[in-house]
Amino acid sequence: MTTTTTSQIHEADVLIIGAGGAGLRAAIEAAAQGARVAVICKSLLGKAHTIVAEGGIAAAVGSVDPRDNWKVHFHDTMQGGKFVNNWRMAQLHAQESPEEIRNLELWGALFDRTEKGGVMQRLFGGHTYKRLVHVGDRTGLELIRTLQDKAVAERIQVFMETTITKLLKHDGKICGAAGYVRETGRFIVFKAPAVVIAAGGSGRIYSVTSNSWEGTADGQALAFRAGAELMDMEFIQFHPTGMVWPHSVRGILVTESVRGEGGHLTNSLGERFMERYDKERMELSTRDVVARAIYTEVKEGRGSPHGGAYLSIAHLPADFVKRKLPSMHEQFLAFAKVDITKEPMEVYPTTHYHMGGIRVDGDSTATNVPGLFAAGESAAGLHGANRLGGNSLSDLLVFGARAGRYAAQYALGAEHITPSAEEIALAEHEAQAPFEATGENPFALQEEMQNMMMSEVGVYRVEEKLKNALNQIRDLQERAANVRATGSVMYNPVWHTALDVKNMALIAETIAQSAHLRTESRGAHSRVDFPNYDANLQKGNMVARYDGQNVTVAFVEQPPMPQELHDLTYNKPEVAAAA
Amino acid sequence: MSETVTSTQVHGGGATADQIVSVDSATNQHIQVRINRGEAGEIEGRWEEFTVPLAKGMVVLDTVLWVQAHQANDLAARWNCKAAKCGSCSAEINGKPRLMCKTRVEDFNLAEPILIQPLQTFKRIKDLVTDVSWNYRINATIKPFTPRQDREWKWFQHDADRAQEMRKCIECFLCQDVCHVLRYQTEEKPQFAGPRYFVRTAGLDFHPMDGAERLEQLADEHGLGLCNITYCCSEVCPEHIAITHNAIIPEKERVVDEFHDPVKKFIRKIQKKK
Ligand code: SF4
Ligand code: SF4
Ligand code: FES
Repeated sequence: MTTTTTSQIHEADVLIIGAGGAGLRAAIEAAAQGARVAVICKSLLGKAHTIVAEGGIAAAVGSVDPRDNWKVHFHDTMQGGKFVNNWRMAQLHAQESPEEIRNLELWGALFDRTEKGGVMQRLFGGHTYKRLVHVGDRTGLELIRTLQDKAVAERIQVFMETTITKLLKHDGKICGAAGYVRETGRFIVFKAPAVVIAAGGSGRIYSVTSNSWEGTADGQALAFRAGAELMDMEFIQFHPTGMVWPHSVRGILVTESVRGEGGHLTNSLGERFMERYDKERMELSTRDVVARAIYTEVKEGRGSPHGGAYLSIAHLPADFVKRKLPSMHEQFLAFAKVDITKEPMEVYPTTHYHMGGIRVDGDSTATNVPGLFAAGESAAGLHGANRLGGNSLSDLLVFGARAGRYAAQYALGAEHITPSAEEIALAEHEAQAPFEATGENPFALQEEMQNMMMSEVGVYRVEEKLKNALNQIRDLQERAANVRATGSVMYNPVWHTALDVKNMALIAETIAQSAHLRTESRGAHSRVDFPNYDANLQKGNMVARYDGQNVTVAFVEQPPMPQELHDLTYNKPEVAAAA
Repeated sequence: MSETVTSTQVHGGGATADQIVSVDSATNQHIQVRINRGEAGEIEGRWEEFTVPLAKGMVVLDTVLWVQAHQANDLAARWNCKAAKCGSCSAEINGKPRLMCKTRVEDFNLAEPILIQPLQTFKRIKDLVTDVSWNYRINATIKPFTPRQDREWKWFQHDADRAQEMRKCIECFLCQDVCHVLRYQTEEKPQFAGPRYFVRTAGLDFHPMDGAERLEQLADEHGLGLCNITYCCSEVCPEHIAITHNAIIPEKERVVDEFHDPVKKFIRKIQKKK
């Protein structure tokens, strides 16, 4: 009933897992280096979660405010990340993102313009100047379409609706990967000395999330199982404004641009409550602060009818709102029958972004496994404990490009080894296992895990809940090992979910363990029992390792920052001369 | 600014988002959905009926995902964003091409079952999933963006507006599904690229910095002339792109003015020789 046909072996120099912004940017760069590239895309091309990014790409191009430069962007990023960012990544990101905007324009992107004919930039929380290059509130779509068109023009090979289930190694080095093609269920094998993981995040581990169904931590899990280290897994960004009503759209993102363009947050008493949490920056405080503020208002009984806060932009002219926030206008009309030019929205925090992920070298994006690279949300480091809005799109461009470049260079000098027949057979056997299993329905198990993680490892964390979560996760892992699939191998969601839940349960453990060990509150990680910063924990990061049996997490200190960066981090850089 | 956790009142036993967001959306009602299922290549398929608990504000995609999780675990359907932004969840609902995630259940007469079937223009892969790969092949034939060398790299919002409308496309292929020219052409012998690709071509042609010439391709290979301006594509576009009016008609005019103009034809010939 379930045997797949004999697997084919495809060859490439660089295999890229993921076709969102980071994956496509990596592919374009690797191809430019002369490497043969294959891109794995879990859905159809152009549907990646990147498109849901609405607000903009943070880059200090200084088109709107000439005082901006990389030093200020670096400072803002380090401050936003609460000083545990990989400082080298924060530096490269701030320095190289303007060039990436230029590349996108050369490939056909059409950003909104200023009156002087430059790119328009908007303000977002935590950024000193108007910095986010954007197209209305559909910037992610513009970015994906531009990269997609460029990749198509460069004739880069894309395997659509294909999922990788295992990385293959030889002598400790990457030699390929294996997985299945959704349509046919056919097993597929790649031979490639370099693999870039650009497979997005893990939001689906939580019940309330802005993430698409694909955010099941596959990329992190693939790397982890192959021996790569994960880092900062406790830092999960709860975006302060997700939709709360109707129930069916709960968690869908309400872009920060609403606040960036002048929206106000109020509670049921009509108070602009941000005054109490960050008087200076108000609604444009960093996401961790705003998320906790909304949570607290609701918790203390000052919430809106469906248990959120009010977010209103109705005090601004309707034309302006429709021009600046067209998708939000449409989204609320279609789903909630709310006209945001007249009425307030109701919002509540939603699981949005994983700052943590695969631990990489800041320059090359290489992991500790030779031949394995990672970029975008799958990787960790740039954002530290809290990501600033707009920094993810610039992240995936800068580090997508770097991953492509360094992976290509590595691959062009590496030996190409054919994965062994035994390894392939084992990978195929593991992928097929749910059809032999007799356990529970994976959909039900997934839902149970999501609810548990939301309640036990959510916005606020505390010792006893984290311990409880760890016990439950181990139980879920055992049960996940035995979830069953029914039906055929062709386009079968229960089979895919059966494989997904194993990954999610493994990654959930790294989140809970890291959260348990970080006995302080920093950025997106809030411990009720440890409400303050711990100066010692500012020196480094939680690093998770996996030996195939057990997950262990340990604190690892970062190398000290060079003096110049240290100064830039803690003191606001002097306003650069406008020139 | 609060660097520490400000919630003196938030205790370890804090309520979860699930408890806080009052779930008053559940109703005691149930609705019927009829889903057209089938294996690869099956045209007629079979209708299966399911009873789904109704929640306020629920969209058609919710019913499909509920059936998938509870009653037919192997039910195939495409979706990604559940926010009307990715264009994956296209289907025909009560005979109309729509996004499942943007179609509210309450907008229908709930005494009758809701009928959900795959896009009819494309071959079925399984259940609600169709083979849309043809669209990607057509896409690859379009001449890519080619930056002009002859002017300064600078333009204004009003220069960008027209192209930006075209770039809103989420590639849901609903316009491709509804267009009668496409419905009756075979994939083996494509003569007509379809409204999505006129939108894409127009998006490139309207770009203030693009210097490529796509008229010949539009007129010949992509069969723009076969469109007889029925406006059906514009009506189904979830992004409200005025496909016919703002993309197809201006491109048709350019084809008439520039491509079929004998003097310009001559000049083109000479330029090509150069
Ligand atoms: S207007 Fe043209 S492209 Fe659109 S549906 Fe009608 S015939 Fe097809
Ligand atoms: S033009 Fe409109 S209907 Fe056609 S694919 Fe794009 S978004 Fe969908
Ligand atoms: S799921 Fe993305 S448009 Fe419906």
